[in-house]
Amino acid sequence: MTDGLKKKIVKEIKVDLDKCIGCRACEVACSAFHARPKYSSTNPARSRIRVVVDDLNDVYVPIRAGDYTPAECTGRHTYTINGKEYRECSFCGVSCPARDLFKEPDSGLPLKCDMCEDDPPLSEPMCVQVCPHDALVYIEREEEGGEEEPREEMEIGLEALAKKHGMQKVMDALARMSMSKKR
Amino acid sequence: MRYAETGFNLEIDLSRGSVERVATDPRLTELHLGGQGTAAKIQWDRVPPEVEPFSPDNLLIFSTGLLHGTPVPGANRTAVDTFSPQTNLYSHSLFGGFFGPELKHAGYDKIVIRGKASELVYLWINNDKVEIRDAGHLQGKGALETGALIKEELKESDAQVAAIGLAGENRVYMATIEHANSSASRGVGVIMGDKRLKAIAVRGTKDIHVARPAELFEICNPMYQAIYDNPYCGDVFLHEDDEEWHVNNFAWGNARERQKGFWNKEKEKQWTDITESVRLRWTACYNCPKDCHQAIKYPGRPTYFQKCYSKLTYAMAAYKELDFNYDILGVTQEHGLDGYSTPQVLAFGIELYEAGILTDKDLPGFPSDSGERFFYLVEKIVRREGIGDALANGVYHAARQIGKGAEKFDHNSTKKFEQLPLKLKMINYPYFLMYATGAKMTITQTEGSYPQSPIADKKEREEFVKNWDAAPERFKKWFLEWEPRTHPSIEESVHICDWNETMHYIDDAIGTCAFLSSFRGQFGGRPPYHLYNLPNFISHATGMDLDSDALWEIGRRNRNLIRAHNVRRGLRRSDEKPPEDHWKIRDPEMETKLLDAYYEFKGWNNDGIPTKETLDELGLDYVSEDFLERGILTDSEGQPSKEISAGKEKK
Repeated sequence: MTDGLKKKIVKEIKVDLDKCIGCRACEVACSAFHARPKYSSTNPARSRIRVVVDDLNDVYVPIRAGDYTPAECTGRHTYTINGKEYRECSFCGVSCPARDLFKEPDSGLPLKCDMCEDDPPLSEPMCVQVCPHDALVYIEREEEGGEEEPREEMEIGLEALAKKHGMQKVMDALARMSMSKKR
Repeated sequence: MRYAETGFNLEIDLSRGSVERVATDPRLTELHLGGQGTAAKIQWDRVPPEVEPFSPDNLLIFSTGLLHGTPVPGANRTAVDTFSPQTNLYSHSLFGGFFGPELKHAGYDKIVIRGKASELVYLWINNDKVEIRDAGHLQGKGALETGALIKEELKESDAQVAAIGLAGENRVYMATIEHANSSASRGVGVIMGDKRLKAIAVRGTKDIHVARPAELFEICNPMYQAIYDNPYCGDVFLHEDDEEWHVNNFAWGNARERQKGFWNKEKEKQWTDITESVRLRWTACYNCPKDCHQAIKYPGRPTYFQKCYSKLTYAMAAYKELDFNYDILGVTQEHGLDGYSTPQVLAFGIELYEAGILTDKDLPGFPSDSGERFFYLVEKIVRREGIGDALANGVYHAARQIGKGAEKFDHNSTKKFEQLPLKLKMINYPYFLMYATGAKMTITQTEGSYPQSPIADKKEREEFVKNWDAAPERFKKWFLEWEPRTHPSIEESVHICDWNETMHYIDDAIGTCAFLSSFRGQFGGRPPYHLYNLPNFISHATGMDLDSDALWEIGRRNRNLIRAHNVRRGLRRSDEKPPEDHWKIRDPEMETKLLDAYYEFKGWNNDGIPTKETLDELGLDYVSEDFLERGILTDSEGQPSKEISAGKEKK
């Protein structure tokens, strides 16, 4: 530990588009791992990793589900890499209103990759385990710059309230609640 | 709750435009598993032999395999079953890719199609919502092009599409059904076209449940690496640039002659460069780590997928180089033409021209170059223009339609169906039986578990047998004793044929790829899936308790049911022969003995008809009743004879 800063472990899945053979085993394994009870069902539509395929244009892009956003973004791009055109959203893992990707098929609730957190932990996330072609490779790297203290649930809740109603209103409400307790 | 399967079929009547979701009987899964097996039962009940292949009453059935949509790697081959106008027999085809699993996730085990649409239509299955839609705007479009257009108009990039090209639309007998990186050949595209069904698009987002999740996952998970590492499975040959084995051993032209000495190091370098310049990448089918399909972009042609031995079939039939093959595939894949039978039909056409049977009148403006002639004939055939109308019916029928001695040039078909262009010297006993009796129309769908040739070195042989987990014990003994340049005995040949075909009937019911099991034991002897580990996968996925004996029994049942279909449509012993010149040196006496022994072993009578005892023992009583009623079996034949019961072993 240097300068009182903790190092944090960053977990990543490296994607090599050229190595993807488009088999979608990652989708099968992910959906099975996250089924309850575990492995009891498969359903690529529930997978938190999807291979976006446009086979006639030789496009195979495995992407993982990232954060949820309530609104579509404004800056969509088309990418040309090595002479191949990738459509807008090709590399974006966000669960957003613009598309069906990364939403539970029944409820529409957003899906997010959790790197297959488990107890005991897996050696590698499931999608990586079933990809012997190494289109997906799991890496852990240490990053300087203090791991954040885990925040308590209450703090996260309060912050959300403050964001929604304004800090002042929340403080007022807290004050009122504490007054009424005293009485 | 049903495990591994959905328990529902989709019934489509194209004449009436009706769509029904029909619950299936779980008992049929126990008897036939699924895929081709359960399809054959539906056909038995609903397609009597009086139904002509082009009748609206002929069914076209797309079946998922029992293991589709489960985590079992490599279970993705969709079975397409119908009756063929070329053979008037049972027509069975398979295609890989992603269609079957997607269909299951949409909530269906099968699509059963009857009737005929009045105009060209396509089917859109989106979970519970199923529509028959107009396909007028897709008429004449390429097969893969159609898939792309449909996905675009539905705004559903995740949909999986199976479509026919111009060949299917015009009822060409060699027409395929094309899907993603795969094709269904062997005479099913013609029926899809006859029903005026241009394509089927499927999107499914439902769960598939398995019975024993933890146990199943424990055996599935290691399979990814095991299959990936296994050098004997997948499309081993396609990954090799050294084509010596193919170009030296297969016949060129209209299955005419072998060109020994064609291959050399320089050629290998040339051909490797060609392939590398047109290959975009290797691709796989659903949930399988083997990459058996080449995505190809040939200059001036749309992207297509090349698989298996179609890499060479057009080049060798036209006496051309590899670049010609990649070029013409760019056209024939979009037309939806079978890469095995079509090249032979084209070479047959050229032979007829050179023999003066076809003239410039039949072929106006016929080019002089064999490659250009191929392109010329392809366009005639897919449009059924002029002489193309006869050639579109395959070699057997075209020869008889054209007449004037053209029949003599039909030398490589059996049961009216084109066979692989192989011309060999000495009759091979097990292969004689497989060619003669196979119901799957091509040797590649029958051979595959027992090695094609012995190992000369005794030590190596022992080593091979020691690691041969896939083989029942008796084959180990036989293989150990098998010396080079000797024939397996009659008994061994019968068993070899039986084991080989049974494994295909199992694959085709559960949907696993033959490149991982039934076709892949013959080279190296280590298929990832075999008789002794498959029961575990099936049991954990479905909850049915199954051992290898029970699995074998189901394979036998499906084999006999399909045999019964063909018998009911007129197939008899006299039809069961290999292409006449497949082997230069034949042995009629031995061939009779082989066939006698095989029929006896199978529990069939001397005319190749399953006996009442055999059928009843397999739970196919309804078949034996039908045979008696139709007079196919008589009461006396229905009685078990002593020899038959003694000769019939289960395995």
